[in-house]
Amino acid sequence: MNARLKTLAGFARALPLSGRIGLALVLFWLAVALAGPALAPYSVGAFVDYDVFSPASARFWLGSDYLGRDVFSRLLWGARYTVFLGLGAALLASLMGTALALTAAIRGGWVDEGLSRAMDTLISIPSKILALVLVAAFGSSLTLLLAIPAITYMPGNFRIARALAMNLVGLDFVTVARARGEGAPWIALREILPNMIHPWLADLGLRFVFIVLLLSGLSFLGLGVQPPHADLGSLVRENVSGLTDGALAIIAPALAIASLTVGANLLIDALKPAEGQS
Amino acid sequence: MSGAHVEVSGLVIAVDTPAGERRIVDEVSFAIPRGEVLALIGESGSGKTTIALSLLGHTRFGGRIAGGTIRIGETRVDRLDAAGLGALRGRRVSYVAQSAAAAFNPSRPIMAQVIEPLLVHRLAGRAEAEARAIELFRALALPSPEEIGRRYPHQVSGGQLQRLMAAMALITGPELVVLDEPTTALDVTTQVDVLRAFKDALRRVGATAIYVSHDLAVVAQMADRIAVLSGGRLVEEGPAADLLAAPRTDYARTLFAAARPKADAASPAPGDVALAASNLVAGYGQVQGGIPAIPVIDGVSFALRRGEALGVIGESGSGKSTLARVISGLLPAASGEVRLAGKALSPALAGRSREQLRQVQLVFQNADTALNPAQRVGEILARPLALFHGLTGAAAEARVGELLDLIRLPRELAGRRSTELSGGQKQRVNLARALAAEPDVLLCDEVTSALDTVVGAAILRLIDELRRELGFATVFISHDISTVRAFCDQVLVLYGGTAVEQAGRTAFARGPHHPYTRLLLDSVPALERGWLERQPPREAVLREGEAGLCRFLPRCPVAIPGTCDRAAVPLREGDGAAWLCHHRPIALVAQERESMT
Repeated sequence: MNARLKTLAGFARALPLSGRIGLALVLFWLAVALAGPALAPYSVGAFVDYDVFSPASARFWLGSDYLGRDVFSRLLWGARYTVFLGLGAALLASLMGTALALTAAIRGGWVDEGLSRAMDTLISIPSKILALVLVAAFGSSLTLLLAIPAITYMPGNFRIARALAMNLVGLDFVTVARARGEGAPWIALREILPNMIHPWLADLGLRFVFIVLLLSGLSFLGLGVQPPHADLGSLVRENVSGLTDGALAIIAPALAIASLTVGANLLIDALKPAEGQS
Repeated sequence: MSGAHVEVSGLVIAVDTPAGERRIVDEVSFAIPRGEVLALIGESGSGKTTIALSLLGHTRFGGRIAGGTIRIGETRVDRLDAAGLGALRGRRVSYVAQSAAAAFNPSRPIMAQVIEPLLVHRLAGRAEAEARAIELFRALALPSPEEIGRRYPHQVSGGQLQRLMAAMALITGPELVVLDEPTTALDVTTQVDVLRAFKDALRRVGATAIYVSHDLAVVAQMADRIAVLSGGRLVEEGPAADLLAAPRTDYARTLFAAARPKADAASPAPGDVALAASNLVAGYGQVQGGIPAIPVIDGVSFALRRGEALGVIGESGSGKSTLARVISGLLPAASGEVRLAGKALSPALAGRSREQLRQVQLVFQNADTALNPAQRVGEILARPLALFHGLTGAAAEARVGELLDLIRLPRELAGRRSTELSGGQKQRVNLARALAAEPDVLLCDEVTSALDTVVGAAILRLIDELRRELGFATVFISHDISTVRAFCDQVLVLYGGTAVEQAGRTAFARGPHHPYTRLLLDSVPALERGWLERQPPREAVLREGEAGLCRFLPRCPVAIPGTCDRAAVPLREGDGAAWLCHHRPIALVAQERESMT
């Protein structure tokens, strides 16, 4: 563990300032997601204030929401849904999309054609309708909430990863590997993937932001995380009537989403390959 | 020299690095009299392009003019502001880049781009500008000067595009033209025409010129004065004739020596046949009856023994690189056979055993793209060791060290990424990766064309030494006939995918047998002034030869009417060579013709 911490410290030191800020924000939100419920002063669904949209006070650090629940507690509970569902789905979408994209790029021909057209079909299905159908069929569950955005955002990642891989697959070093008799997994994972990792990560960051939005939308429709639980997106949506008062109940979760997504993207942007440092 | 037209004195160009200011051009001074051509020569990194661009008031890579003066006529270029530079560039000073293909906008017709400098500077209306452009096209010996402007850049040949770019540079009648390696990307046969067109056009416009090149023989044709640069400093400068006859500095002598590789002794007693090809046909598109829709290689055969080197030469598009891809299995042959040590190889990669893949190794032309930028040199070299020899861990590490010794690179480089290496170092690593497999046949595809003369010559010598030492057979693909002549035991001349001449070293040294070989040989500029003027004018023909007849017929200067355009071309043999021609060896034919007149 100590050694791991040391590598993390070394990794952080190598980053530019923006990257360190991003890393700090991401680590902060991971910690909140893990430890949040244990730290929360009140239960997630408890009605603890008679007033709604009350301002910050010693009892309610971030005030109360539209039903008089403690915003701070709900934020601590809600972060895990956004972080784990959002990041999980983004990772799942990107991994599946990229695996298929690499297969398409390396095999080419009808494999490429078949996969590309299948993805085109998938991309043309409206995501919310797909979600509605799936939830109607299977009932809302966390697994489904992970699967829906993963499937919805996979074709987009496939498109980008395929374009990146196509540019690389024709390069001489890939031809050299083919001529050496390397198998497809080696070519995909060792020759192609490391050279597209940076744009790939940027895409992952973007997809993460989109998925947070999709999950919030689903929650708003009552298809997402079920009450009394709520992810950060639904916290914003359910307190939207407090917007005119400038209630903390809406500002706090909005800031939380912003800091998480901005942090994730700052970190990803800072992971540029060390080139031109001769 | 105060009367000189262009004068640069004490020029310093610096870039700011975290470690402080670094001078990439250091205290360079020269002067060019009006109407003369100064050549800047040197290796890459010598600052020749940087100096040339500074005459347009431009610096690259965040560099800046940190000292000295640049004067053109009465104008101090180093003191001009943005507006002044705008008025200068394209009007009084113009630029011809190395790659015309990259310099033209592919989505606009050529004429619109050529006349742009006139329109931008409001020097002429469109109609007058176009008339002037057509006049220049004629002066530059471009085919159908009235029509060519309407085409798009991809519709003309590389040599024509380079001349069109010269037209763009000359159209405003500039005082100074900066030409940056304008013929480096061209075939030798095309280069002659382009050089001649440049020279005539420059003389006609009366412009002073700066000609950047690393090819001394080209410089000998073009320049009145030569400046030799090394590491951003001026090593030597003087009239071209004097400098070519007797270079004063060691560095200039090194450059001159590298310009023409010396023929080495023949290879050691050759062994058994290592690689043989018979009647190879390959190309792209659907294969029907053993003939692809777009044939690139058409009936090539050869036999190469262990330790021997086969040189393959021809212009771009002749099928040289395709031949290497066919032998290595990257492009399966449509028909014909490749035999390795007597055993037939499967045409496609998938059908070859790992042992067979190990035996044939291909070294790519461009080391920049042939090395994975995400891997370290050590990883790149260790992979073939693990794959072909099962070496891992400390044993692989030790072998990587040996390989680096073999290609004469320091062992510390194993920890570097390829992006941190110089061009020559990259090409050595590229070579080492092929050698790591311990191949029986090494295919070298234009391995020096992306390198400087000096660096390239060192790579060639290294390959030659390793071949003698390790005893592998080499197929050496090149467009540089002097390289092939110096390093190869057999020569195969490709024209349009057909081997028009095959000859052993001694037979080849006696002179060309096919008219095309003669054309190639004659097109290599000699390292002497006045060579260009002695060349007979050639007509560039892009037409394909008719099926069944000699493919070279449309370009052949010695075609026999009534024979060459009627009868199929016979394969003649003798004198240690074989060639596809109705003539006896062309060298003999030419001699007889000269003695008759």
